[in-house]
Order: sequence, then C-alpha cells, then structure tokens
Amino acid sequence: MSMLRVQGLGVSIATISPLSGVSFELERGEIIGIVGESGSGKSLTAMSVMGLLPLIGGQVDHGTIEFDGIELTSISETEYRRLRGGRIGLITQNPMTSLDPLKKIGPQVDDVSRLHLDHDKSQAKARTIELLGDLRIPEPASIYHLYPHQMSGGMKQRIVIAMALAADPDLLIADEPTTALDVTVQAQIIRLLGDLVKQRNLSLVLITHDMSVVAQTCDKVMVMYAGTAIERGRVQDIFNSPRHPYTKALIGCIPHGLSKTVRLKGIEGTVPGVAQYPSGCRFHPRCGLAEDICKQTVPVFETTGNRAAACHFALGTAQ
Amino acid sequence: MILKYSIQRLLMIIPVSLAISVVIFLIVHLLPGDPIDNLIRVGSSPEDRIALTAKYGLDRPLITQYFLWIGQIMTGDFGQAIVLRRPVADLIAQNLPYSLQLGGLAFLFSSIVGIILGVIAWASRNTWGEQLVKGFILLGSTVPGFWLALLMILLFAVNLGWFPVSGARDWTALVLPVLTIGFGGIALVARVTRVALLDVGKQDFITLLHAKGLSRTAILFKHLIPHALLPVVTILALRIGWILGGAVTVEFVFGRPGLGSLLIRALGQRDYPVVQGSLLMLALAVMIGTLIGDIAQAAMDPRIREATK
Repeated sequence: MSMLRVQGLGVSIATISPLSGVSFELERGEIIGIVGESGSGKSLTAMSVMGLLPLIGGQVDHGTIEFDGIELTSISETEYRRLRGGRIGLITQNPMTSLDPLKKIGPQVDDVSRLHLDHDKSQAKARTIELLGDLRIPEPASIYHLYPHQMSGGMKQRIVIAMALAADPDLLIADEPTTALDVTVQAQIIRLLGDLVKQRNLSLVLITHDMSVVAQTCDKVMVMYAGTAIERGRVQDIFNSPRHPYTKALIGCIPHGLSKTVRLKGIEGTVPGVAQYPSGCRFHPRCGLAEDICKQTVPVFETTGNRAAACHFALGTAQ
Repeated sequence: MILKYSIQRLLMIIPVSLAISVVIFLIVHLLPGDPIDNLIRVGSSPEDRIALTAKYGLDRPLITQYFLWIGQIMTGDFGQAIVLRRPVADLIAQNLPYSLQLGGLAFLFSSIVGIILGVIAWASRNTWGEQLVKGFILLGSTVPGFWLALLMILLFAVNLGWFPVSGARDWTALVLPVLTIGFGGIALVARVTRVALLDVGKQDFITLLHAKGLSRTAILFKHLIPHALLPVVTILALRIGWILGGAVTVEFVFGRPGLGSLLIRALGQRDYPVVQGSLLMLALAVMIGTLIGDIAQAAMDPRIREATK
C-alpha cells in the first residue's frame, strides 16, 4: 500500500479552480519532488494533503487523497487533527515567520509530542532536547530556552523540522523548505532532510522550484504548471529524457559551470494567473512546439510504464 | 531586566514633566483675559486693579512667575486658587476620586467587553455576526458622548426612572456615565482587537500551528489573542490619560464633579494655578498610562524586552 496516493486532485477557492488534475503516488521511504514556477499550484497541493485549505477559504472538489489507506477527503476535522502533526508533518517555506515570536522555541516543539504522544511536560522537554541534538543543533538544552528572534534562519528551520518530526510521523511535506535561506544553509537543510528520510524510513514530499535539488535528492518528480501536473516519473527518466517541453525547458535552466560568456537560461514569459488560464494546453503560449491543436484541446495525461506526460507532442514518443 | 527598564522609564517622567510644565504655563498665561477680571468688584479704580494684580504676583515677568510656580510644585505645593480661594491640591484631591471612579470603571468595562466583541467579530468573520459587530463599532466610534448621554438620561433616567438624572450620590449615578464613556471605548477596543486578529491570523506560524494538529480554540487562546493584545494594550494605555481628563462633556451632562469639570470651570475663570495644576496632573496620568502600556508590552513580547536591554 502506498504511503500517499493522490488521484485527480482538484481544488476550488470560492468560484475559481486554481488546481486540477494532480495525481501522484509515494511509497514509504521515498522522496517525491514537486517542481514548478511560483503560482503553479505546488503549495495548494501541500495544503490539500494537510487538510488546511479551509484556512484560505478553499476546498477539495475533485479527486481523492489516500494516506496509508485512509481517505483524507472524507474524514472529520477531529480525525484530521490527529493526523496533522501526528502522522503527517509540515515544514513551511519561511522559518523567519513560522514560529510564534512570543513563545520560547522549546515549548513550541513540546506541543507536538504532548498533543500526539500524550507526553507530560518533562517527557516532552526531554524528547525535544534529544530531537534538537539529532538535528545537529549545538547545545540543545540551552537552545530550548531561546526565543525565535534570537536564532538564525537555518536554526529556526531546524526547529520547524523538529516540530514536524516530534510525533514520529510517517510522511513529511516540505513546502520550499530552503527558499528563504542562505545558499550554504540550503544545502545543509536539504542534506538533513535526505538523511532523516533514510534514518527514519519516512516519506517526503519535497516542494521546490529548484530542479537541481530534485536531481540530488528525489526518487520521483512531478512537474506542475499553471495549476496542473504536466509530467511525472522517476528522476533519472525525467532528467535523461524529459517528454514535456516545459520539463525540458526547466532542466535547461539549471546553470552549469562558471562560464561568464554563457547567458543563464530562462523560459520566456510568466505563469498565467488563475483567471487567465489559456484554453487547450496551458503552456502553449510559452511553448516552442505549440501548434493549433495545443490551443484548442487539453492534452490528456498519457501513461507509459511508470511515467506520464500531458502533451500533444510528447517528446520521445513522436520520434 | 524589566525592573531596570521600568525604573529608567519612571525617571524619564521627571524631565518630560518639566518640559510639559513650560508648555502648560505658557499656554495658560498667553490666553487672553486674566483671573483679576473675575475677582475685581464692579466700579473699582485702576489702582485697585494694580494692587490686586500685584497681590497675586501677576505683575512680575512671566519667567519669574514660572520659576516661582515650578519651585512651589517641587516642594509639593500646588499653590492657592485665585478665584476659588482654596489650595489647588485640595481642589484636585476633591475631584480626582470621582474621575478615577468613573474613568476606572469605564476603562475596565470597555476593555473587557471590547476585547470580547473583537474576538466574536473575528470568530464570526464572513457571517452576519461580523456585520453586526462592525455596525456597532461604526456607531460607537461616531456617536458623540454628550449626545448619547442625553439619550441615556431621557430613556433610563426620565422615562424609566432606573437611574438618577445627574449627580454623584451613590453607585447608581455611575451606571449611565460609565455606559456612555464605555460605549465609545468598546467600539475602539473591539475594532483594534478584530483588525489585529485578522492580521495575526494570516501569519505563517498560525498555519504551522494548525499543521501541528492544535485545535482552533487552543490556537485562538494561546497564540492569536496574546498577539492581538499587543496593539490593544497600546491604545488602552493611551486611553488611561484621556479617560481621566477627556470625559469632560460626559461629566458636564451628568453634572458630576471630576478633574475635567474642575479644569473647564477654572479655565473659564482664568484661575491660573488651578488650570496649571490640573493640566499637570492629567499630563502625569497620560505619562503613567503610557509607561504602564510599555511595561505591559515588554512583559508580553520578548522582542521588545530584547530591544530595551
């Protein structure tokens, strides 16, 4: 049984549908990368799995989200609360704003084990300090008593990770966990997450817009564009032979070497807003291969083996 | 740490009070007219007037008068009222308890009910409940106190006869003034509380608290409200001074004694020592209010404590 299986997920917020047609599957011990530009629906996917859409006035209106055999779209809020923090941990994008600035960081981590493992105050504290040590935080016993503003961004992100891990979850969702951090710290945090998955046999959904991070750490990848998934598969397959032109362009954007004469590559244009999603294939206005059919017909997700792409001219098949 | 900060801030009151005393003194003395107009008998000769002016030292240069006055204050002597012919300290001591009673009760009433209403407005956002509270907030911030006071007197005192029309005989006479002043206060506190809650609710750490599996109630009481109270404490602190001296119109309508009433009467008579003395008291109240607010914020927010080290 898969740890997480999302099928045909669609989300609506008021009258708009910012997310549709998202499917992926994740086994225990696996890492899946969800990549795409800002506004592609990565975070909405994470919020859907966490059941936190109501916070932004949204709801799941299509598809299923199955976590370890539990259908998340049909459980009650009380049951969901037991899973959140208990079996599914969330790591957010900006550690600077992710901790309550009025409370010491130790007790903020304690909350999780007290809530989900029924620990009393001293058990929770002991567990938190041990966990901080595991996350390579120096002098965890004194760090415990610090306030968030007294720590660096990288340290705060470790505290957020500690909160996500405190109740021994099975699944971690990391929503751009390194975007707000220094480059050197980014590498440390990504390595730390990779190690945690191995040591604790976790499953990890790693949301990022950095293709090189995906290449280094993930087993699987799902590429998203304008609120929908456009390609998914195993990392080696996708990187060796991307089938969707957008995936290919994204991979092309990874900088190589230190040459000053080669311009950094980008993709012309920007992701359209929800209100301006184009007809047919949503990528067609920016796609070099687009023809009339792309403007008129939405491409279907074609599955071959364990990979799939939604493109009328999927690369590698036509040739 | 917080103690040291409080003492520092407390000491700051001395220089600030001195600066304020100059401003008070100048404004009062630069007003046209003088207290002699109110003292002198009709038909007195210009010589009588000069003698009377000299008797109260009003013929000396302003700067000398100022230093005489401030010198007196330093020894705890607020001087003698010129028109009312009593020690200013007595007049203040007589009126202050009424202001404290009314102000204190109105303050407590508006803080508690205001915060509760603000939380209700936030919790019922996007429903008719929020619209109801918002309507109340609009009404409370725009209806003038003296007008509301008159309506209250008409309904509760004249028609229903539940409370006395005016005066300060017993606690029943406090109910209508407290309600009147409290009404505007509730609206202010509710508005600030609601906006602060909406603001804090959007922050990332609230999302993460939900992701930890905490219940909505726990998040509201342990995290959202403590944050929302920070700006509320600031405006409440500013209101402490206002509520003592600014309740003049309400005191007037209800015929209550109080610092505000004393000040208005003394101003009309240009009774310099009384005006100066009560203004200084009010300035002190504003400073102490601000000080309490700042200390409360430092106690609530570790970031502010850090900045005050």
